[in-house]
Amino acid sequence: MISDGVEDEEKWLAAGIAGLQQNAFYMHRSLDSNNLKDALKYSAQMLSELRTSKLSPHKYYDLYMRAFDELRKLEIFFMEETKRGCSIIDLYELVQHAGNILPRLYLLCTVGSVYIKSKEAPAKDILKDLVEMCRGIQHPLRGLFLRSYLSQVSRDKLPDIGSEYEGDADTVNDAVEFVLQNFTEMNKLWVRMQHQGPARDKEKREKERSELRDLVGKNLHILSQVEGVDLDMYKDIVLPRVLEQVVNCKDEIAQFYLMECIIQVFPDEYHLQTLDVLLGACPQLQPSVDIKTVLSQLMERLSNYAASSAEVLPEFLQVEAFSKLSKAIGKVIEAQVDMPTVGVVTLYSALLTFTLHVHPDRLDYADLVLGACVKKLSGKGKIEDNKATKQIVALLSAPLEKYNDIVTTLKLSNYSHVMEYLDGETIKVMAMVIVQSITKNKTQISTADNVEALFELIRGLIKDLDGSLTDEVDEDDFKEEQSSVARLIQMLYNDDPDEMFKIICTVKKHILTGGIKRLPFTVPALVFSSLKLVRQLQGQEENPFGDETATTPKKIFQLLTQTIEILSSVPAPELAFRLYLQCAEAANDCDLEPVAYELFTQAYILYEEEISDSKAQVTALHLIIGTLQKMHVFGVENRDTLTHKATGYSAKLLKKPDQCRAVYACSHLFWLDDHDNMKDGERVMLCLKRALRIANAAQQMSNATRGSTGPVSLFIEILNKYLYFFEKGNPQITVATIQGLIELITTEMQSDTTTPDSSADAFFASTLRYIEFQKQKGGAVGEKYEPIKV
Amino acid sequence: MQGAGCARFGSSISLPTIMNYLLGAFKPSCTVSIAFSDGKTRKQVPLKKENGQTVLVPLFQSQENITGKITIDPLQGKKVDHNGVKIELLGQIEMYFDRGNYYDFTSLVRELDVPGEIYERKTYPFEFSTVEMPYETYNGVNVRLRYVLKVTISRGYAGSIVEYQDFVVRNYSPPPSINNGIKMEVGIEDCLHIEFEYNKSKYHLKDVIIGKIYFLLVRIKIKNMDLEIRRRESTGSGANTHVETETLAKYELMDGAPVRGESIPVRLFLSPYELTPTHRNINNKFSVKYYLNLVLVDEEDRRYFKQQEITIYRLQEAA
Repeated sequence: MISDGVEDEEKWLAAGIAGLQQNAFYMHRSLDSNNLKDALKYSAQMLSELRTSKLSPHKYYDLYMRAFDELRKLEIFFMEETKRGCSIIDLYELVQHAGNILPRLYLLCTVGSVYIKSKEAPAKDILKDLVEMCRGIQHPLRGLFLRSYLSQVSRDKLPDIGSEYEGDADTVNDAVEFVLQNFTEMNKLWVRMQHQGPARDKEKREKERSELRDLVGKNLHILSQVEGVDLDMYKDIVLPRVLEQVVNCKDEIAQFYLMECIIQVFPDEYHLQTLDVLLGACPQLQPSVDIKTVLSQLMERLSNYAASSAEVLPEFLQVEAFSKLSKAIGKVIEAQVDMPTVGVVTLYSALLTFTLHVHPDRLDYADLVLGACVKKLSGKGKIEDNKATKQIVALLSAPLEKYNDIVTTLKLSNYSHVMEYLDGETIKVMAMVIVQSITKNKTQISTADNVEALFELIRGLIKDLDGSLTDEVDEDDFKEEQSSVARLIQMLYNDDPDEMFKIICTVKKHILTGGIKRLPFTVPALVFSSLKLVRQLQGQEENPFGDETATTPKKIFQLLTQTIEILSSVPAPELAFRLYLQCAEAANDCDLEPVAYELFTQAYILYEEEISDSKAQVTALHLIIGTLQKMHVFGVENRDTLTHKATGYSAKLLKKPDQCRAVYACSHLFWLDDHDNMKDGERVMLCLKRALRIANAAQQMSNATRGSTGPVSLFIEILNKYLYFFEKGNPQITVATIQGLIELITTEMQSDTTTPDSSADAFFASTLRYIEFQKQKGGAVGEKYEPIKV
Repeated sequence: MQGAGCARFGSSISLPTIMNYLLGAFKPSCTVSIAFSDGKTRKQVPLKKENGQTVLVPLFQSQENITGKITIDPLQGKKVDHNGVKIELLGQIEMYFDRGNYYDFTSLVRELDVPGEIYERKTYPFEFSTVEMPYETYNGVNVRLRYVLKVTISRGYAGSIVEYQDFVVRNYSPPPSINNGIKMEVGIEDCLHIEFEYNKSKYHLKDVIIGKIYFLLVRIKIKNMDLEIRRRESTGSGANTHVETETLAKYELMDGAPVRGESIPVRLFLSPYELTPTHRNINNKFSVKYYLNLVLVDEEDRRYFKQQEITIYRLQEAA
């Protein structure tokens, strides 16, 4: 059925075009032979094709445009005709003899255009006559096109200021009056379309109407182009008249479109100066009109206007734009009870953007907007609507974008209240926006209060919200989020240690609520942030008065210990272990022996109780050794205890090579370069010998199980340790011991049972080369090495 | 082909020659011509003759002097024997149901010559002074009114020689002192109420009808609206009255369906239409009246109309 309709329409259009072209042909012939009478006859017949009722607006437009082109030729002919002496007044009458009204009026408009150009009568009289006579077409589609033709041909002939058609009697008022009248009539016709035809075609009709809307809107565009329409005229005549028509037509489509048009075509400063009137019309529109979009557009335009130049800002203040808009929005929301949440939020979002642009200094305004929004949202519970949520995100992002500074935003007390209406997922998204804004702008957040507020805002990232446990969170996303939080924690900083400590406490309070999944991300960040503070304090003298409230490294370490302990709930022993060691190192630098000892103890306990994987043990042990080696704060006793433990652990590793390596690493614990009292050559030697034994045992074990010994790399490694301590001047390491080991290695390597290993060969070769090199260096070192024979 | 056939041009007398010869036998023995004294300057207007041909004839109005001269020119070598020569000015009404029978409402006679013989060209001046010609020349559907000059050369047995000269009379009126507009509200209850207004009730032939149609109530789907000019010619009287109505103009005023409160302008130029002045009861023989007929057509092609008489008059054109 429908496709038939379309086909029929094609046929009708084709027939219409054919008829039009045929008559146009005869018309051309008449024009060529200067036969006015025939020209009129054929042009009227040609225009009769436009009388059809069978075409949709789209197809009708096609036909109209063809007629339009032909009429241009006719107009030129009329112009020449008047030059040949034919009176334009007679012509104006002559075309009115046509019996059919539509062709008659098209011809009248065409001659009218020539008439105005001739200036034989005031433009205003002719325009007035034309716009009046067009009333004869009451058919919406035909009327709209006819009047559109009228506005087209008259466009350049309005008695505008500065126009050649302006005269004593013709003023811009007449021009405006003409356009307004044509606009009013066109709008009436357009609105009338809605009410004609059966109800079941409503959708089709609305589609057709929307195709025609620009014909109506064009008039407003013309008005905006009229030079003479200055602010006063716009205020006194144009806007009231246009709005009167908009309000009175009581048509949803027209009201929405025309309000949009008004906002788009007229200059911003006009809007600003007529804000009362424009906003006053909004509550009078039909309840179904999408006012929120209209107002949003208005505010957007004004925002951009405000942003365009600082010079215009006083105008905004002068007209109290903010309070007017704010009131208008309130009224609209009140009037439209059924407005969906998305609408409400969109409006407030636009208003917020506006106030941010216009009154960047008035945070209270922004807060007011947020407050009003909260009020409207209250009682509605979490917002489920996807679009509404998006709008809230936009609303909340606006201040961030504007100020690039979360601190300012945090001053908006209603900000977090708005967030409460978001669902968990969106809160997270919003929190990410905030965090990213901070990281991007490197915002300094330097007070505990701000931190408190900030963490309140981004709590979606900090802890699991109700119900969100069920959500399957993408692992990567989660990591990304938490890394962002970690970055954020690192960025919180204040020069004042007391305040910084407070910040740390606040952060700690919040991250402790984060649950076991988040802690591994957040705790290290906090620990390092705290250590930064420790480092800052370590150089300073202790407060001689022992002020209880002052921030001391001790206090921080207490806090750190507590913090790290929490990781046991995860559990994340390896992480906690590393953090303990980090802290111990810091405590060392602060000369806090008991603290350092305690931290080490904790690390040891974790090692013993929690770290059971052999690989992890190896790593952990090396960390212990590395850290312990650097500790200088310990007394002999404590140090002995700790080193003893460490060597003990080394010997207990599962794999022989691991044991061996751990043991020779332990040798370093007894030899601290800068501390002469901690150079125990004997014990170093002991460790190395023990390592050698273990290496030997490893070889034998390998031989026993596989029938071939493993690579000799362990020996070579020990050889390197020998050389190291030899150079350092450990008296226990002699040329003989080194010589012995080299020989041992050489023998081993030549043994049949040894598996050839090129990397071990290379390692050994380069070690020997090193000895050779040291020898040739000469001086004290060379002398020392001289006796070693390779 | 060109060489194959040859033209056959006979030497016989051609047909027209014979005709002339034959007709010559019955030709009147003289020619009579009627000339107006101001014939060269007087305005001439077209007049449709009975045989359908249009000729240009002089135009007069009432109370004018009709003067001129009659020339009687006997054919070579012939004399005209007569019982007197006279000229008549006749105003005649001819009803087509009684064709050929003229009713003379005006008849003026001038005797030009006493009985005698005319041997050579003779000229007679004539004059009808301030002739009362109250009615205009009219060519209608069923009736015609004409003015004619009739020259009669009376002869006894041979039959009189008669020559006619038509002329047209048009009478001009000054603008009427009272010329009210026509304004009226009409309607069908709960269906359609309109108010129409025409600026005058009396229009001259080149006038423009200005008006507007105001829609007070519209409950029907109107398709379009036309304004028609209708001419009603009634002839005869009493039981024999015959009425003929013609629609002379059909002028579309509106296209599409208006809503309540719309006002549609009317501007109709009368000049393109062949109108005559209104004629009321011309000598008890006929009347010609004009009406404006406003017609509204709805989508089911039902017609709603209202007819109003207007008077048409001939306005003296400025020199």
